[in-house]
Amino acid sequence: MLEVIIISSIKVLTVVIVVLTCCAYSTLLERKLVAYMQHRLGPIYAGPWGLLQPIADAIKLMFKEDLVPDRVERTLYTLAPILSFVPSLLVFAVVPFSSDFTLFGYDVTGVISDLNIGVLWVFMITGFGVYGVVLAGWSSGSKWSLLGGIRSSAQMISYELSYGLSIVGVILLANTLSMTEIVGQQDSIFSWYIFRQPLGFILFFTCAVAETNRAPFDMAEAESELVGGYHTEYSSMRFASFFVGEYANMLAASAVAATLFLGGWQGPLLPPIVWMMLKVFFGMFIFIWLRGTLPRFRYDQLMNFGWKVLFPLALLNTMVTGLIVMLTNGTN
Amino acid sequence: MKGLLASVWNVIRMPLGFLVTLKHMFKKPVTLDYPRKREPMAPRFKGLHYLERYDDGTERCVCCGLCAAACPADAIYMEPAENEKGERYSEVYEINLLRCIFCGFCEEACPEEAIFLGQEYEFAGDTRESFILTKDKMLVQHPRKDSPFKKILRRVRKAYGIAESQ
Repeated sequence: MLEVIIISSIKVLTVVIVVLTCCAYSTLLERKLVAYMQHRLGPIYAGPWGLLQPIADAIKLMFKEDLVPDRVERTLYTLAPILSFVPSLLVFAVVPFSSDFTLFGYDVTGVISDLNIGVLWVFMITGFGVYGVVLAGWSSGSKWSLLGGIRSSAQMISYELSYGLSIVGVILLANTLSMTEIVGQQDSIFSWYIFRQPLGFILFFTCAVAETNRAPFDMAEAESELVGGYHTEYSSMRFASFFVGEYANMLAASAVAATLFLGGWQGPLLPPIVWMMLKVFFGMFIFIWLRGTLPRFRYDQLMNFGWKVLFPLALLNTMVTGLIVMLTNGTN
Repeated sequence: MKGLLASVWNVIRMPLGFLVTLKHMFKKPVTLDYPRKREPMAPRFKGLHYLERYDDGTERCVCCGLCAAACPADAIYMEPAENEKGERYSEVYEINLLRCIFCGFCEEACPEEAIFLGQEYEFAGDTRESFILTKDKMLVQHPRKDSPFKKILRRVRKAYGIAESQ
């Protein structure tokens, strides 16, 4: 029993540290890639190729004054960054990052917790993310923050439906809710669910972008109109929590997309963990690519797109997949 | 129906937009790693002034005052003096960079080819005094390498058939 606890603790610690480091370096990756897309160089001064930039940013944010405006609701104001930061990390609890392996004579599973309702856990936890944003917007006592929070809640509620529906196809085909088993089923490249559920993948990723409040769905932040939206009034590490939360959310969405659609850690030649990282990196690249390409949606366009395009398509996808599974008697 | 078709068409064309950003990602950035790398300046760029010497090291400037007269911003101040050979030279020659508009009229007015506007453009300062360009800052080093500027000058002289004045 003690052995299990120790192994799990080490695994949790490793995953948290790796995810947080990846978050920090995602900011650099994003700045670099977007810069190159715009014919700029991006960060270059901190270290070679700007590699120390995330560390410099972290130090700067830690030493900045933690400013709390007068008219905030203290409790919620303090709670909001935590609420947006913690759920994004919790998603990684069920994401299988490697096959089972043996380390120093101990058998280690490649996932922190192989929950039999892993997929549901992911969607429950990502649903929590909206509270951080909404409460931050509400408790800041500023009109920009409030507008950002309201936009975000409307957006997240609208896209949550399609988000959830987009993976129903995969679940129907996989006949399980456990992430580990879903990965186990995608053992050859042709059995990756992206090939059997291409529409599902596109819907999932689109909704994931909306759920993580990223461009082109970054209505809640909207620097140009809302001066930063829900995190306008935050500074120092509280602001950093939102920032890290956003990037951890992106990483989580990429990891879930990789697990459900791209075969998780499955892949030839390279070790499983490398495959997983490559796939997550691919997801992050698409996130950044989207930001570098598309302009922000207008509010009505956003709602129209969510309810009139994504939702019917997700329903259609579910229906067709259900029909096929029924006709083939669930034995495909 | 028409709107729907338009939307579908837009969605079909969307990958083209993504290809544009992807393509541009591999192009050479237009900005550069500034203090470490610099864009070469145009040969006729009008930067910070400098005073030329003859090849033997004596100053070209004879303090005739034509540059000060030509100066539209009234930025040049000079005081003449004579050396031991009885030649006129400028004892004080100051350009107020806060007044100077870098038009290059002084350079054009100069009959002795003494004053030039060089390539230097980084001369920010903290005090007003630091913007008074004095003679000791302006005069070129005596034994010096042939500057790229001088090469260009020689080429220009050659092109216009002007003899090297001594």
